[in-house]
Amino acid sequence: MVSLHSNSNPARIPALGFRALALIILSILLMWLDHRENHLDAVRRTIGVAVYPIQIVVDAPARVWAWLTEISATKNELQLENSRLRIEALITRGRVQELAALKAENDRLRTMLEAREQVRGEVRVAEIMAVDANPYRHNIVLDIGSNDGVYDGQAIVDASGVVGQVIEAGLATSQAILISDPDHTLPVVVNRNGLRTIAFGTGEYNQLDLPFLANNADIRPGDLLVTSGLGGAFPSGYPVAVVETVTRLPQEPFADVTATPAAALDQVREVMLIWTETRDEGSDDE
Amino acid sequence: MSNERALRHLPVLITILVAFMLMIMPLPDALESFRPDWITLILIFWAMTVPRSYSVGIAWLVGIVLDVAQGTMLGQHALALSVVIYITVKFHLLMRVFPLSQLTATVFALLALYQFLLFWINGVAGVSANAIDYWGPVITGTLIWPILSTFLTGVRYRVQMGT
Repeated sequence: MVSLHSNSNPARIPALGFRALALIILSILLMWLDHRENHLDAVRRTIGVAVYPIQIVVDAPARVWAWLTEISATKNELQLENSRLRIEALITRGRVQELAALKAENDRLRTMLEAREQVRGEVRVAEIMAVDANPYRHNIVLDIGSNDGVYDGQAIVDASGVVGQVIEAGLATSQAILISDPDHTLPVVVNRNGLRTIAFGTGEYNQLDLPFLANNADIRPGDLLVTSGLGGAFPSGYPVAVVETVTRLPQEPFADVTATPAAALDQVREVMLIWTETRDEGSDDE
Repeated sequence: MSNERALRHLPVLITILVAFMLMIMPLPDALESFRPDWITLILIFWAMTVPRSYSVGIAWLVGIVLDVAQGTMLGQHALALSVVIYITVKFHLLMRVFPLSQLTATVFALLALYQFLLFWINGVAGVSANAIDYWGPVITGTLIWPILSTFLTGVRYRVQMGT
Protein backbone atom coordinates (compact mmCIF):
# COMPACT_ATOMS: atom_id res chain seq x y z
CA MET A 1 0.00 0.00 0.00
CA VAL A 2 2.72 2.41 0.95
CA SER A 3 4.58 2.58 -2.29
CA LEU A 4 7.52 4.89 -2.47
CA HIS A 5 7.61 4.76 -6.25
CA SER A 6 4.16 4.49 -7.67
CA ASN A 7 5.11 5.88 -11.03
CA SER A 8 3.81 2.79 -12.74
CA ASN A 9 0.19 3.00 -11.68
CA PRO A 10 -1.70 6.09 -12.78
CA ALA A 11 -2.31 7.09 -9.20
CA ARG A 12 -5.71 8.39 -8.44
CA ILE A 13 -5.98 9.04 -4.77
CA PRO A 14 -9.41 7.86 -3.69
CA ALA A 15 -11.81 10.58 -2.54
CA LEU A 16 -9.05 13.19 -2.52
CA GLY A 17 -11.32 16.02 -3.59
CA PHE A 18 -13.93 15.05 -1.05
CA ARG A 19 -11.41 14.84 1.78
CA ALA A 20 -9.88 18.18 0.85
CA LEU A 21 -13.27 19.83 0.74
CA ALA A 22 -14.26 18.35 4.09
CA LEU A 23 -11.03 19.56 5.69
CA ILE A 24 -11.43 23.03 4.21
CA ILE A 25 -14.93 23.31 5.57
CA LEU A 26 -13.71 22.01 8.93
CA SER A 27 -10.94 24.64 8.95
CA ILE A 28 -13.37 27.43 8.20
CA LEU A 29 -15.64 26.19 10.97
CA LEU A 30 -12.72 26.07 13.40
CA MET A 31 -11.57 29.55 12.45
CA TRP A 32 -15.06 30.90 12.89
CA LEU A 33 -15.40 29.28 16.30
CA ASP A 34 -11.96 30.43 17.33
CA HIS A 35 -12.28 33.98 16.10
CA ARG A 36 -15.82 34.71 17.12
CA GLU A 37 -16.38 32.74 20.24
CA ASN A 38 -13.05 31.66 21.74
CA HIS A 39 -14.56 28.26 22.46
CA LEU A 40 -11.44 26.39 21.55
CA ASP A 41 -9.09 27.24 24.40
CA ALA A 42 -9.18 23.67 25.65
CA VAL A 43 -8.32 22.34 22.20
CA ARG A 44 -5.46 24.78 21.90
CA ARG A 45 -4.16 23.83 25.31
CA THR A 46 -4.25 20.12 24.46
CA ILE A 47 -2.36 20.56 21.21
CA GLY A 48 -0.05 23.01 22.94
CA VAL A 49 1.21 20.13 25.09
CA ALA A 50 2.48 18.47 21.91
CA VAL A 51 4.21 21.68 20.84
CA TYR A 52 5.88 22.19 24.21
CA PRO A 53 8.76 19.71 23.71
CA ILE A 54 9.56 21.31 20.35
CA GLN A 55 9.67 24.71 21.99
CA ILE A 56 11.93 23.37 24.73
CA VAL A 57 14.37 21.94 22.18
CA VAL A 58 14.41 25.15 20.17
CA ASP A 59 14.88 27.22 23.30
CA ALA A 60 17.63 24.97 24.65
CA PRO A 61 20.64 26.47 22.79
CA ALA A 62 19.86 29.95 24.10
CA ARG A 63 19.48 28.57 27.60
CA VAL A 64 22.70 26.58 27.42
CA TRP A 65 24.51 29.65 26.10
CA ALA A 66 23.24 31.79 28.98
CA TRP A 67 24.26 29.08 31.42
CA LEU A 68 27.72 28.77 29.85
CA THR A 69 28.39 32.50 29.98
CA GLU A 70 27.29 32.45 33.60
CA ILE A 71 29.57 29.63 34.70
CA SER A 72 32.51 30.86 32.65
CA ALA A 73 32.40 34.35 34.16
CA THR A 74 35.58 35.12 36.03
CA LYS A 75 35.68 35.79 39.75
CA ASN A 76 36.62 39.39 39.04
CA GLU A 77 33.58 39.93 36.81
CA LEU A 78 31.33 38.37 39.38
CA GLN A 79 32.73 40.60 42.11
CA LEU A 80 32.21 43.67 39.96
CA GLU A 81 28.66 42.63 39.18
CA ASN A 82 28.04 41.82 42.81
CA SER A 83 29.14 45.21 44.03
CA ARG A 84 27.14 46.91 41.30
CA LEU A 85 24.03 44.95 42.23
CA ARG A 86 24.59 45.71 45.90
CA ILE A 87 24.62 49.43 45.20
CA GLU A 88 21.56 49.05 43.03
CA ALA A 89 19.75 47.14 45.76
CA LEU A 90 20.65 49.84 48.27
CA ILE A 91 19.29 52.59 46.04
CA THR A 92 16.16 50.59 45.27
CA ARG A 93 15.56 49.93 48.95
CA GLY A 94 15.89 53.60 49.65
CA ARG A 95 13.37 54.39 46.96
CA VAL A 96 11.00 51.76 48.32
CA GLN A 97 11.02 53.46 51.72
CA GLU A 98 10.04 56.67 50.03
CA LEU A 99 7.38 54.73 48.18
CA ALA A 100 5.89 53.32 51.35
CA ALA A 101 5.44 56.82 52.72
CA LEU A 102 3.97 57.98 49.43
CA LYS A 103 1.62 55.03 49.32
CA ALA A 104 0.38 55.74 52.84
CA GLU A 105 -0.14 59.35 51.90
CA ASN A 106 -1.89 58.36 48.69
CA ASP A 107 -4.19 55.95 50.53
CA ARG A 108 -5.06 58.67 53.03
CA LEU A 109 -5.83 61.16 50.28
CA ARG A 110 -7.86 58.58 48.43
CA THR A 111 -9.97 57.81 51.47
CA MET A 112 -10.46 61.56 51.89
CA LEU A 113 -11.63 61.71 48.28
CA GLU A 114 -13.64 58.53 48.84
CA ALA A 115 -12.01 57.01 45.80
CA ARG A 116 -11.69 53.29 45.22
CA GLU A 117 -8.50 51.82 46.61
CA GLN A 118 -5.91 51.00 44.04
CA VAL A 119 -5.29 47.35 43.40
CA ARG A 120 -1.72 46.19 43.76
CA GLY A 121 -1.39 42.59 42.77
CA GLU A 122 1.14 39.84 43.08
CA VAL A 123 4.06 39.70 40.71
CA ARG A 124 5.97 36.81 39.26
CA VAL A 125 9.02 36.72 37.01
CA ALA A 126 8.81 34.83 33.74
CA GLU A 127 11.43 34.25 31.11
CA ILE A 128 10.86 34.88 27.42
CA MET A 129 11.66 31.70 25.52
CA ALA A 130 13.90 31.96 22.49
CA VAL A 131 11.05 30.84 20.31
CA ASP A 132 9.43 32.82 17.55
CA ALA A 133 5.69 32.78 17.25
CA ASN A 134 3.21 34.35 14.88
CA PRO A 135 5.05 36.01 11.99
CA TYR A 136 2.31 38.62 11.56
CA ARG A 137 2.35 39.85 15.11
CA HIS A 138 4.73 41.06 17.76
CA ASN A 139 4.42 38.00 19.92
CA ILE A 140 6.57 36.45 22.59
CA VAL A 141 6.41 33.03 24.25
CA LEU A 142 6.74 32.94 28.04
CA ASP A 143 7.99 29.93 29.99
CA ILE A 144 5.07 29.79 32.42
CA GLY A 145 1.46 28.94 31.67
CA SER A 146 -1.90 28.27 33.25
CA ASN A 147 -0.24 25.69 35.53
CA ASP A 148 1.29 28.67 37.30
CA GLY A 149 -1.95 30.61 37.26
CA VAL A 150 -1.37 32.67 34.13
CA TYR A 151 -4.60 33.81 32.53
CA ASP A 152 -5.61 35.41 29.24
CA GLY A 153 -5.32 39.17 29.28
CA GLN A 154 -2.80 39.27 32.10
CA ALA A 155 -0.52 42.29 32.19
CA ILE A 156 3.22 41.95 31.59
CA VAL A 157 5.77 44.57 32.64
CA ASP A 158 9.51 44.74 32.94
CA ALA A 159 11.73 46.84 35.14
CA SER A 160 11.14 50.00 33.14
CA GLY A 161 7.58 49.77 31.85
CA VAL A 162 4.69 47.89 30.31
CA VAL A 163 5.66 45.13 27.89
CA GLY A 164 2.37 43.60 26.78
CA GLN A 165 -0.30 41.18 27.81
CA VAL A 166 -0.99 37.45 27.67
CA ILE A 167 -3.22 36.46 24.79
CA GLU A 168 -3.12 32.73 25.20
CA ALA A 169 -2.22 30.91 28.37
CA GLY A 170 -1.15 27.37 27.53
CA LEU A 171 -0.40 24.74 30.17
CA ALA A 172 3.32 25.28 30.53
CA THR A 173 3.97 28.18 28.16
CA SER A 174 1.91 31.15 27.13
CA GLN A 175 1.81 33.54 24.23
CA ALA A 176 1.80 37.23 24.80
CA ILE A 177 1.32 40.25 22.57
CA LEU A 178 3.65 43.24 22.84
CA ILE A 179 2.31 46.76 23.08
CA SER A 180 4.11 47.51 19.81
CA ASP A 181 1.89 45.10 17.83
CA PRO A 182 -0.18 46.99 15.25
CA ASP A 183 -3.34 45.39 16.66
CA HIS A 184 -2.64 46.31 20.26
CA THR A 185 -4.18 49.34 21.90
CA LEU A 186 -3.64 50.51 25.44
CA PRO A 187 -5.53 53.13 27.44
CA VAL A 188 -3.02 55.58 28.91
CA VAL A 189 -2.96 58.87 30.75
CA VAL A 190 -0.41 61.64 30.55
CA ASN A 191 1.27 61.58 33.94
CA ARG A 192 1.72 65.36 34.03
CA ASN A 193 -1.93 66.38 33.66
CA GLY A 194 -4.10 63.28 33.61
CA LEU A 195 -5.05 63.64 29.94
CA ARG A 196 -6.54 60.33 28.81
CA THR A 197 -5.88 58.78 25.44
CA ILE A 198 -5.11 55.50 23.72
CA ALA A 199 -1.69 54.26 22.59
CA PHE A 200 -1.60 52.15 19.44
CA GLY A 201 1.18 49.78 18.46
CA THR A 202 2.83 50.50 15.13
CA GLY A 203 4.72 47.32 14.31
CA GLU A 204 7.98 49.06 15.26
CA TYR A 205 9.51 48.08 18.58
CA ASN A 206 10.47 51.64 19.40
CA GLN A 207 7.32 53.54 18.50
CA LEU A 208 3.72 53.91 19.62
CA ASP A 209 1.10 56.16 18.05
CA LEU A 210 -1.42 58.34 19.85
CA PRO A 211 -3.87 59.18 17.09
CA PHE A 212 -6.80 60.51 19.10
CA LEU A 213 -5.40 63.67 20.58
CA ALA A 214 -7.01 66.91 19.49
CA ASN A 215 -4.79 69.54 17.94
CA ASN A 216 -5.04 71.76 20.99
CA ALA A 217 -4.43 68.94 23.49
CA ASP A 218 -1.95 69.72 26.23
CA ILE A 219 0.81 67.30 25.37
CA ARG A 220 4.45 67.87 24.62
CA PRO A 221 7.57 65.82 23.93
CA GLY A 222 8.99 64.31 27.08
CA ASP A 223 5.62 63.67 28.71
CA LEU A 224 5.41 60.32 30.47
CA LEU A 225 2.44 58.13 29.59
CA VAL A 226 1.27 55.68 32.25
CA THR A 227 -1.46 53.04 32.18
CA SER A 228 -4.83 54.45 33.13
CA GLY A 229 -6.29 51.16 34.27
CA LEU A 230 -9.41 51.91 32.25
CA GLY A 231 -9.07 48.93 29.92
CA GLY A 232 -9.25 46.60 32.88
CA ALA A 233 -6.30 44.48 31.84
CA PHE A 234 -3.57 46.67 33.27
CA PRO A 235 -3.35 48.04 36.77
CA SER A 236 -3.06 51.82 36.64
CA GLY A 237 0.15 53.75 37.06
CA TYR A 238 2.70 51.67 35.19
CA PRO A 239 4.89 53.68 32.81
CA VAL A 240 4.19 52.91 29.15
CA ALA A 241 6.05 55.35 26.96
CA VAL A 242 7.58 58.79 26.67
CA VAL A 243 6.17 61.20 24.10
CA GLU A 244 8.69 61.66 21.34
CA THR A 245 7.21 64.01 18.76
CA VAL A 246 4.09 66.16 18.60
CA THR A 247 3.19 67.47 15.15
CA ARG A 248 0.24 69.84 14.93
CA LEU A 249 -1.06 70.56 11.43
CA PRO A 250 -3.69 73.32 11.46
CA GLN A 251 -5.81 71.66 8.79
CA GLU A 252 -6.00 68.34 10.63
CA PRO A 253 -8.39 67.75 13.53
CA PHE A 254 -5.96 65.54 15.42
CA ALA A 255 -2.34 66.05 16.34
CA ASP A 256 0.23 63.52 15.17
CA VAL A 257 1.83 62.21 18.34
CA THR A 258 4.38 59.42 18.63
CA ALA A 259 5.92 57.94 21.74
CA THR A 260 8.82 55.65 22.62
CA PRO A 261 7.97 52.66 24.82
CA ALA A 262 9.60 52.77 28.23
CA ALA A 263 10.47 49.08 28.10
CA ALA A 264 13.09 47.91 25.60
CA LEU A 265 10.62 45.62 23.87
CA ASP A 266 13.08 43.90 21.58
CA GLN A 267 15.72 43.33 24.25
CA VAL A 268 13.93 42.09 27.32
CA ARG A 269 14.55 38.51 28.37
CA GLU A 270 12.89 38.48 31.78
CA VAL A 271 9.50 40.02 32.42
CA MET A 272 7.06 40.25 35.31
CA LEU A 273 3.48 39.09 35.23
CA ILE A 274 1.02 40.91 37.44
CA TRP A 275 -1.88 39.25 39.19
CA THR A 276 -4.52 41.77 40.10
CA GLU A 277 -6.60 40.80 43.09
CA THR A 278 -9.95 40.77 41.39
CA ARG A 279 -8.70 38.35 38.77
CA ASP A 280 -7.18 36.05 41.37
CA GLU A 281 -10.58 35.36 42.86
CA GLY A 282 -11.90 34.62 39.41
CA SER A 283 -9.21 32.12 38.59
CA ASP A 284 -9.62 30.40 41.95
CA ASP A 285 -13.17 29.59 40.95
CA GLU A 286 -12.04 27.72 37.86
CA MET B 1 6.13 -5.70 8.52
CA SER B 2 5.05 -3.00 10.91
CA ASN B 3 8.69 -2.34 11.63
CA GLU B 4 9.37 -1.81 7.97
CA ARG B 5 6.45 0.54 7.66
CA ALA B 6 7.53 2.50 10.67
CA LEU B 7 10.95 2.84 9.10
CA ARG B 8 9.39 4.28 5.97
CA HIS B 9 7.43 6.81 7.94
CA LEU B 10 10.42 7.81 9.99
CA PRO B 11 12.14 10.18 7.53
CA VAL B 12 8.88 11.97 6.91
CA LEU B 13 8.16 12.41 10.60
CA ILE B 14 11.69 13.55 11.34
CA THR B 15 11.75 16.07 8.49
CA ILE B 16 8.40 17.49 9.58
CA LEU B 17 9.68 17.77 13.15
CA VAL B 18 12.85 19.52 12.02
CA ALA B 19 10.76 21.84 9.84
CA PHE B 20 8.72 22.70 12.92
CA MET B 21 11.84 23.62 14.83
CA LEU B 22 13.04 25.79 11.97
CA MET B 23 9.65 27.50 11.92
CA ILE B 24 9.82 28.58 15.55
CA MET B 25 13.58 29.05 15.77
CA PRO B 26 14.42 32.63 16.69
CA LEU B 27 15.90 34.72 13.88
CA PRO B 28 17.33 38.24 13.89
CA ASP B 29 14.62 40.82 13.25
CA ALA B 30 15.98 41.66 9.82
CA LEU B 31 15.70 38.05 8.65
CA GLU B 32 12.43 37.35 10.40
CA SER B 33 10.32 38.18 7.34
CA PHE B 34 12.46 35.95 5.13
CA ARG B 35 12.03 32.71 7.01
CA PRO B 36 11.19 30.07 4.39
CA ASP B 37 7.98 28.12 4.90
CA TRP B 38 9.86 24.97 5.84
CA ILE B 39 6.75 23.02 6.68
CA THR B 40 5.02 23.83 3.41
CA LEU B 41 8.11 22.90 1.43
CA ILE B 42 8.56 19.59 3.25
CA LEU B 43 4.89 18.71 2.89
CA ILE B 44 4.88 19.59 -0.81
CA PHE B 45 7.85 17.28 -1.32
CA TRP B 46 6.33 14.32 0.50
CA ALA B 47 2.90 14.85 -1.04
CA MET B 48 4.50 14.90 -4.45
CA THR B 49 6.59 11.76 -3.95
CA VAL B 50 4.38 9.65 -1.67
CA PRO B 51 0.88 11.03 -2.22
CA ARG B 52 -0.88 7.89 -1.05
CA SER B 53 0.54 8.09 2.45
CA TYR B 54 0.89 11.83 2.92
CA SER B 55 -1.79 14.03 1.51
CA VAL B 56 -4.35 16.48 2.76
CA GLY B 57 -5.07 14.71 6.06
CA ILE B 58 -1.49 14.99 7.33
CA ALA B 59 -1.23 18.51 5.94
CA TRP B 60 -4.31 19.55 7.86
CA LEU B 61 -3.07 18.02 11.12
CA VAL B 62 0.32 19.67 10.75
CA GLY B 63 -1.44 22.94 9.96
CA ILE B 64 -3.48 22.76 13.16
CA VAL B 65 -0.37 22.15 15.26
CA LEU B 66 1.33 25.05 13.46
CA ASP B 67 -1.63 27.25 14.29
CA VAL B 68 -1.23 26.42 17.95
CA ALA B 69 2.53 26.90 17.89
CA GLN B 70 2.26 30.29 16.23
CA GLY B 71 -0.86 31.46 17.99
CA THR B 72 -2.71 32.16 14.77
CA MET B 73 -6.40 31.44 14.33
CA LEU B 74 -7.05 27.73 14.72
CA GLY B 75 -7.52 26.47 11.17
CA GLN B 76 -5.72 29.23 9.29
CA HIS B 77 -2.56 27.34 8.39
CA ALA B 78 -4.55 24.10 8.27
CA LEU B 79 -6.75 25.51 5.53
CA ALA B 80 -3.91 26.97 3.51
CA LEU B 81 -1.85 23.79 3.77
CA SER B 82 -4.81 21.57 2.84
CA VAL B 83 -5.45 23.56 -0.32
CA VAL B 84 -1.79 23.64 -1.35
CA ILE B 85 -1.31 19.93 -0.69
CA TYR B 86 -4.55 19.10 -2.48
CA ILE B 87 -3.23 20.80 -5.61
CA THR B 88 0.16 19.12 -5.18
CA VAL B 89 -1.38 15.66 -4.92
CA LYS B 90 -3.73 16.39 -7.80
CA PHE B 91 -0.81 17.21 -10.08
CA HIS B 92 1.87 15.03 -8.49
CA LEU B 93 2.39 12.90 -11.62
CA LEU B 94 2.96 16.00 -13.68
CA MET B 95 5.24 17.56 -11.07
CA ARG B 96 7.39 14.44 -10.91
CA VAL B 97 8.33 14.64 -14.59
CA PHE B 98 8.99 18.38 -14.49
CA PRO B 99 12.63 19.38 -14.82
CA LEU B 100 13.93 21.09 -11.71
CA SER B 101 13.55 24.61 -13.08
CA GLN B 102 9.92 24.07 -13.98
CA LEU B 103 9.26 22.33 -10.69
CA THR B 104 10.78 25.26 -8.83
CA ALA B 105 8.46 27.61 -10.70
CA THR B 106 5.53 25.41 -9.68
CA VAL B 107 6.66 25.49 -6.07
CA PHE B 108 6.86 29.27 -6.32
CA ALA B 109 3.24 29.34 -7.46
CA LEU B 110 2.19 26.99 -4.64
CA LEU B 111 4.00 29.06 -2.02
CA ALA B 112 2.47 32.24 -3.39
CA LEU B 113 -0.97 30.65 -3.21
CA TYR B 114 -0.26 29.53 0.35
CA GLN B 115 0.69 33.04 1.40
CA PHE B 116 -2.25 34.49 -0.45
CA LEU B 117 -4.63 32.24 1.48
CA LEU B 118 -3.03 33.29 4.77
CA PHE B 119 -3.21 36.92 3.69
CA TRP B 120 -6.82 36.52 2.72
CA ILE B 121 -7.80 34.91 6.02
CA ASN B 122 -5.85 37.57 7.90
CA GLY B 123 -7.73 40.19 5.92
CA VAL B 124 -11.11 38.72 6.83
CA ALA B 125 -10.09 38.45 10.47
CA GLY B 126 -8.65 41.96 10.53
CA VAL B 127 -4.99 41.06 11.18
CA SER B 128 -2.73 43.57 9.49
CA ALA B 129 0.82 42.79 8.38
CA ASN B 130 3.40 44.17 5.99
CA ALA B 131 3.60 42.90 2.42
CA ILE B 132 7.16 41.72 3.05
CA ASP B 133 5.90 39.26 5.68
CA TYR B 134 4.02 37.51 2.88
CA TRP B 135 6.50 37.84 0.03
CA GLY B 136 9.64 37.10 2.02
CA PRO B 137 8.85 33.42 2.68
CA VAL B 138 7.79 32.89 -0.94
CA ILE B 139 11.09 34.22 -2.26
CA THR B 140 13.37 32.39 0.17
CA GLY B 141 11.24 29.23 -0.07
CA THR B 142 11.58 29.17 -3.85
CA LEU B 143 15.32 29.76 -3.64
CA ILE B 144 15.80 26.98 -1.14
CA TRP B 145 13.59 24.45 -2.93
CA PRO B 146 16.22 23.04 -5.37
CA ILE B 147 18.62 22.33 -2.49
CA LEU B 148 15.91 20.96 -0.23
CA SER B 149 14.36 18.69 -2.84
CA THR B 150 17.78 17.33 -3.82
CA PHE B 151 18.51 16.61 -0.17
CA LEU B 152 15.15 14.96 0.45
CA THR B 153 15.42 12.87 -2.69
CA GLY B 154 18.75 11.64 -1.33
CA VAL B 155 17.15 10.82 2.02
CA ARG B 156 14.33 8.95 0.34
CA TYR B 157 16.73 7.00 -1.86
CA ARG B 158 18.86 5.96 1.09
CA VAL B 159 15.87 4.84 3.16
CA GLN B 160 14.54 2.88 0.24
CA MET B 161 17.87 1.13 -0.18
CA GLY B 162 17.95 0.30 3.51
CA THR B 163 14.59 -1.45 3.61
